[in-house]
Amino acid sequence: MSVDKATVTKIASLARIRMSDGELERMAPELSQILDWVEQLGEVDVSGVEPMTAVIPNSLRLRDDVVDADPLTGGGRREDILANAPAAEHGFFAVPKVIE
Amino acid sequence: MTDLTQLGIKPLRDGVALGEFTAREVAEAFNAAVAGAAALNAFIVTTPDHALDAAGKVDADRAAGKPLGAMAGVPIGMKDLFCTDGVQTTAASHILEGFVPRYESTVSQKLWDAGAGMLGKLNLDQFAMGSSNETSHFGNVSSPWRRAGTNAPMSPGGSSGGSSSAVAARIAPAATGTDTGGSIRQPAAFTGICGIKPTYGRCSRWGVVAFASSLDQAGPMARSVEDCAIMLGAMAGFDAKDATSLKMDVPDWAAGLDGNLAGKTIGIPREYRMEGTDAAILESWERGKEWLRDAGAKIVDVSLPHTKYALPAYYIIAPAEASSNLARYDGVRYGLRDLPDGAGLQDMYAETREAGFGDEVKRRILIGTYVLSAGFYDAYYTQAQKVRALVARDFEQAWAQCDLILAPTTPTASFPLGDKSDDPLAMYLNDVFAVPASLAGLPAMSVPAMQNADGLPLGLQLVGKPFDEQGVLNAGLAIEQRAGFAAKPERWWC
Repeated sequence: MSVDKATVTKIASLARIRMSDGELERMAPELSQILDWVEQLGEVDVSGVEPMTAVIPNSLRLRDDVVDADPLTGGGRREDILANAPAAEHGFFAVPKVIE
Repeated sequence: MTDLTQLGIKPLRDGVALGEFTAREVAEAFNAAVAGAAALNAFIVTTPDHALDAAGKVDADRAAGKPLGAMAGVPIGMKDLFCTDGVQTTAASHILEGFVPRYESTVSQKLWDAGAGMLGKLNLDQFAMGSSNETSHFGNVSSPWRRAGTNAPMSPGGSSGGSSSAVAARIAPAATGTDTGGSIRQPAAFTGICGIKPTYGRCSRWGVVAFASSLDQAGPMARSVEDCAIMLGAMAGFDAKDATSLKMDVPDWAAGLDGNLAGKTIGIPREYRMEGTDAAILESWERGKEWLRDAGAKIVDVSLPHTKYALPAYYIIAPAEASSNLARYDGVRYGLRDLPDGAGLQDMYAETREAGFGDEVKRRILIGTYVLSAGFYDAYYTQAQKVRALVARDFEQAWAQCDLILAPTTPTASFPLGDKSDDPLAMYLNDVFAVPASLAGLPAMSVPAMQNADGLPLGLQLVGKPFDEQGVLNAGLAIEQRAGFAAKPERWWC
């Protein structure tokens, strides 16, 4: 199955990437070629196979129930967090008006 | 006096410890080499002061009789995918241009704690997506190698192409790399150096710009197996800040190095003998078998029946994870914001991402978005995860017959920049031998084997059982000892 320009337009919109008409025209056959190629996976007999979720068996850990147990990932770092924001005001990230 | 830039990690570290030269002299020599090699475009930013400061501390510690770390006095290149406190970190993208982290990645911090310094941030394929280092926003990286008799710039491989180029050109004794589907091993093979991707979870991913989280692993790139063992030891270890970090002791791989392979069995996977594989690559594989046999190992044929499907499964799984990971680049918290006059929030996202991502990154985000979208999820993503389980099972079954697997690292030698950049699929095929070990999370290494008729390096790959980095390194050492690979690229860049 190939993807046409309309499908690529839809995917690009879902991925929040603006694309010009020219880019869409160019991208559609490239994506089709890649998708046609990955479709060979349909040949593989996967009956009874569970999809892999963890490549090396590992268990999820709970961290110690301590405030700022690791200062690198704890709180109190608002300035550091806002330091790279394109726009920050009053200690918050600033974005264009969302609600009219 | 010796040209310090010709030395690797171990001789530099030992020379500093013995007082043969100072860490400052080492840092100055490499800073000068980096400054003189701009033509390679291996670095996005250089940080000579970082290297000098770290060296000053090592020299002071030595003078004070304090113990020195495993990397003391060794200045290295840092792939620009690792967040470095106060130093721009871009993932070679426009969207992160100007991003200056306020924290240090776990792996880079461990290296500084071990006494290493930083020469600069190394160029790479944008967001580590690419196999030739042609997708960087900051320009292509050139390999120091050229085809005999030609001047065409050659690919250093990717995505860790700045790392491979810098180490091969001897402007850095070693560098960090990351490997998602071959991004340490393929560039190492293209440039005649060593590189190891450890078992998934050995090195913390905290502070490493995420591409495909279930596959991403950091590892060292250096000019000898022993240097890789030393540097991997400094990078690895449990980190509570990475949920998939392995809670295991880090063995002293450097101390455990032993090129005697008596009692070991090496598997040769028959499915890796693919149509279109270069004759010189096949010859290097034959030599590799002989070398390992000479080191005492037994060679057996094994089968990894799902090899053919590993690459297409990878090109569903990796883009799917990337489309999710890269959703964070929205022009709100860091990096680029493109906000046309009067535009709303949704337009801001779409404009920012259009301007900030390169073509290959967009292509993979779109593929990932598509295969995860309603109606296609099971047919693509779930199927790929099942195939991934089968690829891993192939290896598990092979371990009943052998301890390690020997294969070529790449299907061809390096190619001229521009040769494959118009054909995404042809480019993806570069990683056909590297991706299966990535999907299975296994430790895998590339070591230089020989040069082809054009004088270009070829690498051999060793894949081991989970957590058996030692076995991989030992077999790598056995090859290194017998291959006698001493070729260096001719210096054309300065």
